[in-house]
Amino acid sequence: MNVRLYLWQRITAAIMAPLVFVHIAVIFYVTRQGMTAADILSRTHGSVAWASFYGIFVAAAAIHASIGVRNVLSEWSPLSERHAGQLAIAFGLLLAALGFHAIVALVLT
Amino acid sequence: MTGTQAELSVSLWRGAQDGRYETYVVPQRQSQTVLDVVTFVQRHIDPTLSYRFACRVGVCGSCAMTVNGRPRWTCRTHVAKVAAGGRIEIGPLQNLPVIKDLATDMQAFFAKWQEAKGVFAPSQTRQDPIAQIRPDTRARAAADAAIECINCGVCYAACDTVRWNPNYLGPAALTRAWTLVNDERDAGNAARLQAVAANGGCHACHSHQSCQELCPQTLNPTASIASLKRRTAAAYLKGEITP
Amino acid sequence: MIARARKHRGSALWIAALVHRISGLALVIFLPLHFFVLGLAFHAGARLDSFLRWSDQPLVKFAEGGLVFLLTVHLLGGLRVLLIENFDWRDGQKQIATVAAALSVIIAFIFLARVF
Repeated sequence: MNVRLYLWQRITAAIMAPLVFVHIAVIFYVTRQGMTAADILSRTHGSVAWASFYGIFVAAAAIHASIGVRNVLSEWSPLSERHAGQLAIAFGLLLAALGFHAIVALVLT
Repeated sequence: MTGTQAELSVSLWRGAQDGRYETYVVPQRQSQTVLDVVTFVQRHIDPTLSYRFACRVGVCGSCAMTVNGRPRWTCRTHVAKVAAGGRIEIGPLQNLPVIKDLATDMQAFFAKWQEAKGVFAPSQTRQDPIAQIRPDTRARAAADAAIECINCGVCYAACDTVRWNPNYLGPAALTRAWTLVNDERDAGNAARLQAVAANGGCHACHSHQSCQELCPQTLNPTASIASLKRRTAAAYLKGEITP
Repeated sequence: MIARARKHRGSALWIAALVHRISGLALVIFLPLHFFVLGLAFHAGARLDSFLRWSDQPLVKFAEGGLVFLLTVHLLGGLRVLLIENFDWRDGQKQIATVAAALSVIIAFIFLARVF
């Protein structure tokens, strides 16, 4: 872990902190209202706002989580720093791909 | 005194990296310290026991060992405080290779001190007037709050990040670097900030705070390291360092 | 291990750091699955709908409650780190850490109460 990775991780964390509160509030609302998939989709479909909100969230989460994974792998597994970093980047890309796919599904369908 | 004397059952690490705990019975005395106990074993029971000490009064840090799972100064640890049920377990400091029994090889600890550039880099010569350092400036107060480290190794032994990350410079080295960052006479900050912002530098710290909890000098390496994180982040963003 | 180092690892702050790490790992396992399921909504809500009915099952609700707990506790643990790293040192951190853990449990229970 060096200053560059540190800044990326802390800044994405700071970005996500308020986003998480909004997300939890949304989930509470959805479960309280007993919404079905159709209800949810009717609100997210074509929504630039939701796409932007979750787009930023997914990007930040992918960066933040991959750096965290890198740390845990290099400290708790026998992998070298280099391999831990490579695996972490692969994981980050996977997370970003799945996340953006989900956003597309909810906003463009 | 007549009558039966209270006794302690003391387990001491014998051997090097491979070894085992051996148990000795030691008479318990009033105001006994753990160092007294180790000394008793070496003088009266087994002269082959190896251990370190120097001042015996809590100013040198040489006698640090792991006592019942915690690294501490044995000369300042009263047996009465740690001997639950009349038993103590004493081992060498963790995170350092064992030379023999209770003595560890501290070379890596000091090597990391150097790597962190925990060394004063002079900016003037003996021909120049003596620098006037005010003790109440923010920088000097920060340096003074962290300066009393005597390199005993307790924080290094306690730190899990040191245990998990062989590159991690450790709380003591980073604390010393922080004091020098705050020393207005020092000229080595460019290299120093670069060193502590690199892999294994201050950013590897997870703020477990074992160091702060156990430092016998009541220093706070967690806080010093947090300050270093801020300082290096600012330097990096300004383009002053490139890790 | 040579000398069993245990005592200081029982400290509230050490546990806070460990919980932060474990919750992060758990989230790392959960998030790809979570995104994958949401991606099922591609098929005009049909497949997502069957998931939303699946989530009516008590076991799933408990799991989701657990996830809300993980997210909250990881967030609060992260706030602990951000506070230490960016603000002046404050004492009393052990008490704050304990309160934060309690808060996470409470929020998770509120979530569970709402979904049941």
